[in-house]
Amino acid sequence: MKVVLHVWRQQRRSTKQDFVQDGRMVRYELDHVSPDMSFLEMLDVLNEQLIRKGEDPVAFDHDCREGICGSCGVVIDGVPHGPERGTTACQLHMRSFRDGAEIWVEPWRAAAFPVVRDLVVDRSAFDRVVQAGAFVSVNTGAPQDANAIPVPKAAADRAFDAATCIGCGACVAACKNASAMLFVGAKVSHFLHLPQGRVERERRARNLVAAMDAEGFGNCTNQNECEAVCPKEIPVRVIAELNREFVRARLIEEPVGKKRVGGDG
Amino acid sequence: MKLDAKIPAGPVQEKWDARKFELKLVNPANKRKYKVLVVGSGLAGAAAAASLAELGYQVECFCFQDSPRRAHSIAAQGGINAAKNYRNDGDSIWRLFYDTVKGGDFRAREANVYRLAQLSVDIIDQAVAQGVPFAREYGGLLDNRSFGGAQVSRTFYARGQTGQQLLLGAYAALSRQIGLGAVKMFPRTEMLDVVLVDGHAKGIVVRDLVGGEIRSHAGDAVVLATGGYGNVFYLSTNAKGCNVTATWRAYKRGAGFANPCYTQIHPTCIPVSGDHQSKLTLMSESLRNDGRVWVPKQAGDKRRAQDIPEAERDYFLERKYPSFGNLAPRDIASRAAKQVCDEGRGIGETGLGVYLDFRDSIARLGKEAIAARYGNLFHMYAKITAEDPYSQPMRIFPAVHYTMGGLWVDYDLQSTIPGLFVLGEANFSDHGANRLGASALMQGLADGYFVIPYTIGGYLAGQRAGAIKTDHPQFAATAGEVDELTRRLLSIQGKRTVDDFHKALGKIMWQHCGMARNERGLQQALRDIPALREEFWRDVRVPGSGAELNQSLEKAGRVADFLEFGELMCRDALERRESCGGHFREEWQDEGEARRDDENFCHAAVWEYTGPGRAPARHVEPLAFENVHLAVRSYK
Ligand SMILES: Cc1cc2nc3c(=O)[nH]c(=O)nc-3n(C[C@H](O)[C@H](O)[C@H](O)COP(=O)(O)OP(=O)(O)OC[C@H]3O[C@@H](n4cnc5c(N)ncnc54)[C@H](O)[C@@H]3O)c2cc1C
Ligand code: FES
Repeated sequence: MKVVLHVWRQQRRSTKQDFVQDGRMVRYELDHVSPDMSFLEMLDVLNEQLIRKGEDPVAFDHDCREGICGSCGVVIDGVPHGPERGTTACQLHMRSFRDGAEIWVEPWRAAAFPVVRDLVVDRSAFDRVVQAGAFVSVNTGAPQDANAIPVPKAAADRAFDAATCIGCGACVAACKNASAMLFVGAKVSHFLHLPQGRVERERRARNLVAAMDAEGFGNCTNQNECEAVCPKEIPVRVIAELNREFVRARLIEEPVGKKRVGGDG
Repeated sequence: MKLDAKIPAGPVQEKWDARKFELKLVNPANKRKYKVLVVGSGLAGAAAAASLAELGYQVECFCFQDSPRRAHSIAAQGGINAAKNYRNDGDSIWRLFYDTVKGGDFRAREANVYRLAQLSVDIIDQAVAQGVPFAREYGGLLDNRSFGGAQVSRTFYARGQTGQQLLLGAYAALSRQIGLGAVKMFPRTEMLDVVLVDGHAKGIVVRDLVGGEIRSHAGDAVVLATGGYGNVFYLSTNAKGCNVTATWRAYKRGAGFANPCYTQIHPTCIPVSGDHQSKLTLMSESLRNDGRVWVPKQAGDKRRAQDIPEAERDYFLERKYPSFGNLAPRDIASRAAKQVCDEGRGIGETGLGVYLDFRDSIARLGKEAIAARYGNLFHMYAKITAEDPYSQPMRIFPAVHYTMGGLWVDYDLQSTIPGLFVLGEANFSDHGANRLGASALMQGLADGYFVIPYTIGGYLAGQRAGAIKTDHPQFAATAGEVDELTRRLLSIQGKRTVDDFHKALGKIMWQHCGMARNERGLQQALRDIPALREEFWRDVRVPGSGAELNQSLEKAGRVADFLEFGELMCRDALERRESCGGHFREEWQDEGEARRDDENFCHAAVWEYTGPGRAPARHVEPLAFENVHLAVRSYK
């Protein structure tokens, strides 16, 4: 099959302080595309052609190509990860497009994710949110036997459903407010349903929300676009859980002294 | 090259306790004066970095992905072994030890394997305490499944995403330390060399992949946890970025490389669909708990699977290995699949495939039960092939998956370079010539959480903290060499792309050093690889500059190393004149079963770099089997 691509090319690196978007869409034609190729394999073919012609290949993040590492992520025809539900760009196949299709490919666009180059963005804001408290504060050592605390299967399954998040950032890219509530909600929900995670629930909710705000992510206005594009189909109930946890944390115990972002345990 | 494995004396059950007691300790107040550089943030690296920081050491951690959470460990699917015996089915530390030594075809070091089995139980406890959501039963306790090469159910899992959940656990622990300022994390940073001062590893040279700067980092010890080298074959189940660069460059600085020819070909992967293929996708071994492997009895039978009557199907694993059936170990199952394909009984368009059929289990357990166990794998299969595995059998074929070889390490996980420790898939230690399913996650975490925190202290206690800084001339010298290599790659400006060369190398490796090897083929590869390498350095085109994000340059450096490493692999395969585990030499077989030569090859082969263009030297570490007696490995 044949496709026509319009790809965002941006050479100059953007940062949070110097947020430039001085790239442009460049048109490419590809003639020998197999429907069995993944979307990224199609980009590989484009890049091989560009290199042979002496041009710079399109930079894009990828690693596992199995939909689990969360590296890949581009906006395809206006939709993060493209047209298939529950599918990352690396798992999307060209059979999802018609012969002769024109396809627009762009990076995530959000103030918290500056473009590094072409389709590559800086998602380190997610890491910093996690560092603020998305963990159980236990050291490596000799914890009790794994079966000492039974966890109801339903609770373990709920925790798992949230923990399955791959941190790709599609939720942010899909949201008109560039909100990270689905990502942060998934973290909160994962720990909320497990007894091991409940010990620090108030502190976690407070610190994660503070970190999320500090990174410049927007607020949730219930558009549910995030759920629609999430390749792991994380449900928006995690946002409700996050809101509840945050309100609860504020009611139960006001933070003493200065609020610290950066995890103090 | 001196190879002292430093195996503690005494009965195998007591060796680890004895070693822990012997090791010198670093006083808690002094720990913060020592800096440890951890390269890699997979299970081994993240676990090590977090645990060392918790102890009080200053830690710097490096990975080439944009976040430590994306290390290749994230992709592990099926599960992790532990000798918990929660099933009451006869498991024990001793049995896990025994299964692993036997599974490795008696080519691993007993003392290390025993320690691994001992530590396996702690890993599960640690992971649960971190909030890893393992699969549970209705009673609230942890569930288990079976994996190949074992007759007990000891594999813990989190649907088909066990690696993801375990890595997120280690990443959370690491993130906590980063938040506390105890670990400094350097993502999108690639290590390109180790810096040796007076023979000790005292730092690394890295390239910042965003801005392109070459930088030096000094430390009191260096830990490599950089994963396996399966991508030397180009096509493998590994993530695209997996490489041999860190361990290869350490080898060129004097670290011994052990058993490079030991590679694991996994029996159940989705077959290749065309030339555009950039990687292969694993279908977890756990599927063999409920799926049955078969091909038609008649060669050339091109009927659709559902049209082939029961009597005309050959369930060849069940037939050949009745006591293990579909759960025969990987090397054996892969070889059996290759054999039926060689007989012309392979399925699919290319004839390079066998069926993995869930019809009977769906009839027995219902579609829901199967979906609950393997939903995400079935989904992934359907995405890639556009076929529905609930209604027709999966098509699968063996693919490169894991590398048992790696840098040689002693019992303390220290390489032949003092101060350079190697963990996880990057070392050679625990799996011998074949790794059993669900034991790589176990090894990575055992090394990172429970071994290195003790053994590194033994080394550091004898070192003056912070004695070496990056102003030592050795740093500038090493960085200069790295810079020069980068410049050379960029200056060639030839006609062929890096991927082109990588694919060509992969073809040579798969053809001559893949599932079956022989003298003639290996000799051929040893001529073809240097020729290809020479062409690479003459005709590769790497666009762009070194002062920017340049993914072609990253790949070029990795492929340049693979082009050297592939040769060592073939040499090792040539010199090991026996068949064992994943290393199958056609000359040494009994009707398709591997024939070991314990008299001459009951050892680890350790290669020493002797300089550019010179043949490397082969050394051996003899292996003694005092607890599990050398025997022909049978799964019949
Ligand atoms: C598809 C798949 C499924 C698997 N399933 C299972 C399973 O079910 N059970 C099981 O036990 N095992 C499984 N394995 C094997 C297992 O996942 C790996 O062996 C294991 O995760 C390796 O962990 P590691 O920490 O050693 O290395 P990795 O996870 O590979 O991490 C390597 C790290 O090193 C970094 N790195 C590498 N080179 C450099 C460099 N030059 N500079 C800086 N950083 C560098 C990377 O960025 C990364 O952080 C599977 C493997 C695959 C491919
Ligand atoms: S490349 Fe890993 S999720 Fe797409």
